[in-house]
Amino acid sequence: MAQTGAIGDKIFRTILLLAAASILLIVVAIFYMMVQNSLPTLERFGIGFLTGSEWRPAQEEFGALPFIYGTLVSSLIALVLAVPISLGIAIFLVEQAPIKIARPIAFMVELLAAIPSVVYGLWGIFVLAPFIRNHLGVFLQDYLGWLPFFQGRLTGIGMLTAGIILALMITPIITAVVRDVLEAVPTTQREAALALGATKWETTTIVLGNAASGIAGAVVLGLGRAIGETMAVTMVIGNSPQISASLFEPANTIASLLAANFAEATDRIYLSALIEIGLVLFLVTFVVNALAKLLIMSVGGNSSSSKHV
Amino acid sequence: MESKISISNLDFFYGKAQALFDITLEIPERQIVAFIGPSGCGKSTFLRTLNRMNDTIPIASVTGTVMIDGEDIYKAGTDVVALRRKVGMVFQKSNPFPKSIFDNVAYGIRINGIHTSKADLAARVQKALADAALWDEVKDRLTTSAFGLSGGQQQRLCIARALAVQPEVILMDEPASALDPIATQKIEELVVELKREYTIVIVTHNMQQAARVSDKTAFFMLGKLIEYNPTQKMFTNPDEKLTEDYITGRFG
Amino acid sequence: MANTEQSVHRKRRIVNSLMTILTAACAVFATSILLFIISYIAIQGFSSLSFQFLTDTPKPVGEGGGIGNAIVGSAMMTALAVVLGLPVGIAAGVYLAEYGKNWFGNIVRFVADTLIGIPSIIIGIFIYTLVVMPMGRQSGLAGGLALAIIMLPIVARTTEEMIRLVPNSMREGALALGAPQWRVSWNIVLPAAASGIATGAMLAIARITGETAPLLFTALNSRFYNFFYDQPMSSLTVQIYNYATGPFEVEHAMAWAATLILVGLILVINIFVRFLTRKKF
Repeated sequence: MAQTGAIGDKIFRTILLLAAASILLIVVAIFYMMVQNSLPTLERFGIGFLTGSEWRPAQEEFGALPFIYGTLVSSLIALVLAVPISLGIAIFLVEQAPIKIARPIAFMVELLAAIPSVVYGLWGIFVLAPFIRNHLGVFLQDYLGWLPFFQGRLTGIGMLTAGIILALMITPIITAVVRDVLEAVPTTQREAALALGATKWETTTIVLGNAASGIAGAVVLGLGRAIGETMAVTMVIGNSPQISASLFEPANTIASLLAANFAEATDRIYLSALIEIGLVLFLVTFVVNALAKLLIMSVGGNSSSSKHV
Repeated sequence: MESKISISNLDFFYGKAQALFDITLEIPERQIVAFIGPSGCGKSTFLRTLNRMNDTIPIASVTGTVMIDGEDIYKAGTDVVALRRKVGMVFQKSNPFPKSIFDNVAYGIRINGIHTSKADLAARVQKALADAALWDEVKDRLTTSAFGLSGGQQQRLCIARALAVQPEVILMDEPASALDPIATQKIEELVVELKREYTIVIVTHNMQQAARVSDKTAFFMLGKLIEYNPTQKMFTNPDEKLTEDYITGRFG
Repeated sequence: MANTEQSVHRKRRIVNSLMTILTAACAVFATSILLFIISYIAIQGFSSLSFQFLTDTPKPVGEGGGIGNAIVGSAMMTALAVVLGLPVGIAAGVYLAEYGKNWFGNIVRFVADTLIGIPSIIIGIFIYTLVVMPMGRQSGLAGGLALAIIMLPIVARTTEEMIRLVPNSMREGALALGAPQWRVSWNIVLPAAASGIATGAMLAIARITGETAPLLFTALNSRFYNFFYDQPMSSLTVQIYNYATGPFEVEHAMAWAATLILVGLILVINIFVRFLTRKKF
């Protein structure tokens, strides 16, 4: 005899299953459609697409290297600036500050993540770029001008500006994940260190040791966001496909190339080239995010990144 | 007998709720004092007032005095870090750091800068492990993770870690409650052994344990100190009716 | 020996104080940046905000202009995304929480989290190949679909988390009364988690309202009021982008004013949600 409600259960469960499966379907479909639509350049240029350094759509010449370079360098600048600050904030919030102070500050840092990318871009164009042109850049050239990174013309628009904007944007994400993993470290670890006469900071280093792989996950997650960040970067990086040691020079990233040019790409081969470089971005961010999730899960931190969007 | 710690009129509050009431107690040097009582009676809370571990709870507050070697540890300007070096602690659940066995024991020595050389550090680690009756079991794998040890070994490692910074007092918060009988016996033997050099305060829910290891026993109930007497007397001829009821298992 | 120990002790205290100050400085820095950005937007934005600006369509430079059609477009595409993305996302979340403790659930969870981290411009390309190319033109439909895909995994994961907070005793109580599993999920668990799911949905809406990249070549833009999903559609974010990157001062002023509206809306949602959850938990 069938159980009461068995049919209802089956229908209900099937509907839910389809909804859950749609998430998988979307990711598979993204991959399939992008491969399909980049076949013309995939077949014509092969691996040379990734290593070529000239990008001249009019001559049907497509080398993605300047964009890969720009994406990596701008993301690295962002990490170098954002990781120490994020760690500092997270340590302050979890280990140092009394809860009455920690709560509002944590909320304000979360709000930094709620500001849309295009708004960071607007702010970057009209506030940060002039600041770099008139103050920070001048300072760096005066004191560190002998380094190749800080030579060249100062316009305020370029790699450094993009990196700083990215750093601001990924700081709340890294901070949120590090907070989670620090909070997941058992109190007994802190007590053990304190009971040995460790200072608060020494206790914190023990906590950090416990959370190491989760912190690595947070950094990788931040890297993933920086790689894929689009609007703010495209508005301040100068959109010039060149590889230059100077951080003051304009550059370009994969995401900003797509934002600035996709709508105008009319002929088939140009479109294919753009979709192929988008495919590269898709695969890289997919792998980076998966890695971040594995690292964060390994310390039992809250692995859901839905809290950190 | 010289008093190592003297507590007088100690009250303890979690926010507005009072958890300890007017406790006055002398803990003699180089003896073992056991705290017993039903769970929730405040014995662990009391233990943690002796090295100001309760400072980590934001809403906790204390009145009264706790003198260690004649110094009030709640006096303004007390160096809590130095205090905790002098008053070591072993916790209910073993809590080794995610480091090697050696580095766990060396941790306190290093941060306090106690050692004079690398060789001295190694010697101190060895002595602490030997004092904790663990050296023979781990001497061949000092560089492996502390998590590879059994539960009883981990607890003895934590004791070694506490000994390594040369405390004068060791607080033990139910150190054997998570261990099997054989590991428990080893810890008990160790505690008795340690009495020669250290003043030991041990919280236990196990009355036989208190009877076996301690010189004096304090019985707590509902945040009050009911009776404090030599262990021998406590378990044979207690002054208080409540104590007798508890020890003979007549309530709860 | 006592001497070296004392000096070690002093050094440790100094390091400790130094690190406390440093970490506090990081927190102060981040919050100052937020306050600076928000107050800058407020100052710049208010100076060119007017009722006409909120209702007008973009006009040639020098003739004024506004963001009326952009507000309508953003609202229409967000509404479409909510209609499509919210029910599917909630259903997926219920699946993960109630039936998802198996390999399939683990994969969906993992892929959903990874999808959340994928750049939104990739979603734009996907919708371009899937919808725009076959239709032969950009449209509000394509824009709304892209936003729905961005919303879906976020809603699914927050729903799952909220449902997990529902105590098991509630499920058991209903099951003990002889309710079939689906009734328990539908009538007991989902209503119990409803307010949590609603706040999660509001945050997801705030997030997609601020999205620009996936709309650039799916919805494109429009200079006119458009109420039809099969036509290119304007949005606040794309309009801000166009005004910001334009050459004229008046355009920049309009970009700030539009930003004030957008950021104001997003901050209000975030603060409101914060207020709600604070009272509850």
